[in-house]
Amino acid sequence: MEAVYSIIPAGVLSQVFVGLSRTTILFIVASGLTLILGVLRIPNVAHGSLYMIGAFTAFTVTKLSGGGSAGFWIALVIAPLIVALISLIAERGMFQFLYEREHLMLLLLTFAFSLVFGDLVKLVWGGEYKSVPVPHIFQGFVPLFGGLPFPLYNLFLLLAGPVVAILLYLLTNKTKMGKIARAAAVDREMVGAVGINVSRVFATVFVIGCYLAGLGGVLVAPTVSVTLGMDHNLIIEAFLIVIMGGLGNIWGALLGALIFGLTQSLGILIWPKFGIIFPYLAVVVVLLFRPTGLLKSTW
Amino acid sequence: MSRQTILGLGAGIIVLLLFPVFLPRFYVYLVSIILLYGLLATSLNLVLGYGGIFQFHHAVFYGVGAYGTTLMLTKTGLPPMLAFIVGPLASAAFGLVIGIICIRLSKLYFGMLQISLGSLVWAIVYRWYSFTGGDDGIHGIPIPEMLSSPKSAYYYTLIITLASLFVMWKIIRSPFGSALQGIRDNPVRSEMIGINVRMHQLLALVLAGFFAGVAGSLFVVVDNTVFPDMLFWTLSLEILIMCLLGGWFTFLGPMLGAAVIVALRTFVSAYTDYWALVLGIIMMLVILFLPNGILGYVEEKFKRGFMEPEIEGQ
Repeated sequence: MEAVYSIIPAGVLSQVFVGLSRTTILFIVASGLTLILGVLRIPNVAHGSLYMIGAFTAFTVTKLSGGGSAGFWIALVIAPLIVALISLIAERGMFQFLYEREHLMLLLLTFAFSLVFGDLVKLVWGGEYKSVPVPHIFQGFVPLFGGLPFPLYNLFLLLAGPVVAILLYLLTNKTKMGKIARAAAVDREMVGAVGINVSRVFATVFVIGCYLAGLGGVLVAPTVSVTLGMDHNLIIEAFLIVIMGGLGNIWGALLGALIFGLTQSLGILIWPKFGIIFPYLAVVVVLLFRPTGLLKSTW
Repeated sequence: MSRQTILGLGAGIIVLLLFPVFLPRFYVYLVSIILLYGLLATSLNLVLGYGGIFQFHHAVFYGVGAYGTTLMLTKTGLPPMLAFIVGPLASAAFGLVIGIICIRLSKLYFGMLQISLGSLVWAIVYRWYSFTGGDDGIHGIPIPEMLSSPKSAYYYTLIITLASLFVMWKIIRSPFGSALQGIRDNPVRSEMIGINVRMHQLLALVLAGFFAGVAGSLFVVVDNTVFPDMLFWTLSLEILIMCLLGGWFTFLGPMLGAAVIVALRTFVSAYTDYWALVLGIIMMLVILFLPNGILGYVEEKFKRGFMEPEIEGQ
């Protein structure tokens, strides 16, 4: 460890870990986006709004349960489910009638939903900053590599990322549902022809994807101030990640999130004011060499 | 064009010319805004409706044009009128850059990447206080004397908008325009008969960027301000809805859509802060019940070809 520490300055190392914790959130949200993209072929612009709703719901749930440590864990269970429920209503109420229509219309519909959700959040929660307390057992710091303090909660995030990745892998590759969904991504007509209710498969995938957006929102809530506008930043980042990784590829989302999180956190060290440019540069470079993303996309 | 359409257009132009005579100042301002948004939406329609390119972040070009004009006016000592050419040229150049980066990608990739890159431009404008004024924007831009009164600003906007619309109409009717529509309908076949698909699309992007920049420079004349929200994503959505509401595949549809949306926004904003909610609901209703827009619907009802007979069957 001493050797590592002597080669890499402490600031860089701590930024790497900050970037990795950010990667977790980005991956969880982007994997939901890419899942929907892969199977339903909708770039769900409202995904960011669902993430925001997840974060705001987490705030309310934590507050209602007394603001104690248990609140966060209850929110972690309930808030993504509420988001999933909202998405289910949207899907059954509107999206399902448009699957036969042009692609552009579906996309514009998600735009419309992002506008509506954004204003509904403003209506329900108001424009002020909200904060969600870090759960009790994850308060404080752990020393990392020669006494570098690292928030315990971020360590929890670092563990949560791989867990979600593995669960998603199992869901899409090992269950019948996942196999049907992947088949529907390739040829939805054929899947329908062998007697499977494609519409229901689509609804399930859509809801799972949106659940992940909500989950990301809850997990991020203790680390940032929950505010209007967090949807916009995130959807742009998630888009870039999915583009880099390859549309519809979950491992691509992981890879893209890693590149994005690290270029972002290290970019700030290089050029504090405009560090935001570096992830974009990474995307441009990736696309120059691989116009369809790093990993194979489903379509 | 039939004689009726020419008469109708002529009458419309005369009414527009007479507006400042009998309308109060606020409405003159409102009509100027409608005109320049109509121009902006028409330029989007050039790439999206006629070109079939998923230009999702069109507002960036509008913003670049406005900021280009403004920075030229405030930071340099060059002749002011030059700024109104430099702004649009800056947007056209930016369109070229975005085009070169994005054009090889498939449709959806193109749209998604464009949204992202456009947001980067927004973020830079938003933070670069010393150059762009940051989130305050730039106010009280020194406009050349001859354009500074509301009336002259109105007439300037009207003339430039009409001229730009005329040029775009000619572009769509030109061989280039036909090729572009051919590419939209069947890119593979267009390529087979020897059309350079990428070149045509790139040129369409540059042209659309240019006219969006013109709209941006008009906003500077009418409002004397620029602010980062001009490049923000919500505005792109608003322009998209204008096209959708008026009718994608008609030439004057976007102008009509712009009139409806701008007027609605002005009056709804007077009563409530929740304009985005209203806009979203309008958008959903249009998507569900009026997918071809108002003019598209009219065209369907009166099959005789209201504006553009050759685009039927879309």
